[in-house]
Amino acid sequence: MTVTVLYFAALKEALGVSSESLALSPGVATVADLRAHLAARGEAWAQLASFKNLRCAVNQDMVPLTAAVKEGDEVAFFPPVTGG
Amino acid sequence: MKIAVQEADFDVGVELAALTRGQPAVGACASFVGYVRDRNDGAAVAAMTLEHYPGMTEKALATIVDEARGRWALLDVTVIHRVGRLDIGDQIVLVAVTSAHRGEAFAACEFIMDYLKTRAPFWKREETPEGARWVDARETDDVAAGRWEN
Repeated sequence: MTVTVLYFAALKEALGVSSESLALSPGVATVADLRAHLAARGEAWAQLASFKNLRCAVNQDMVPLTAAVKEGDEVAFFPPVTGG
Repeated sequence: MKIAVQEADFDVGVELAALTRGQPAVGACASFVGYVRDRNDGAAVAAMTLEHYPGMTEKALATIVDEARGRWALLDVTVIHRVGRLDIGDQIVLVAVTSAHRGEAFAACEFIMDYLKTRAPFWKREETPEGARWVDARETDDVAAGRWEN
């Protein structure tokens, strides 16, 4: 399964990457699984697991971490929004 | 309905005229404009940069406006949000709502702003004397958005 993962704002800065295409093992079924997979990369990535109020979106809709991830999805991780 | 995410500034007079001119059913137009403030959380702010999530931003704003239209009898809505680098006093956001009576317009305008602040993917980065910093989300914004849920 291949997905596109996007990072925004403080998270993008901390990770040093804004987007990547990622081939995932069959064990990754939810956004939470994906986060755990990424956090296991070490160092800066570990904060994905501890990030306070981390928000995520799948195909540009905000979803809870329990949301499913499937082939071709665009998954985004970001801090709470601060516009307006 | 007009939803725009843009670097360029906007003219409130032009936007309100576009919503109301030649619209005999309009009895009320409520609008809100947000500006870049020179202080935030105890620090002097020199300027700020707004980042967003292209694609999702427009979609999120459209969803918020649709929800407002489902709650109140609105005639039209304009939302313009700027991105990129902004200076003190610059306009950041415009929400303008027209309806037959003021109650709907006031309520919908506030609702759209409250939801925009918690659901639309924009992030502010301020320039302060101690360096640049990302603006933290406020709990009061979640409280403000939450009061519409009942």
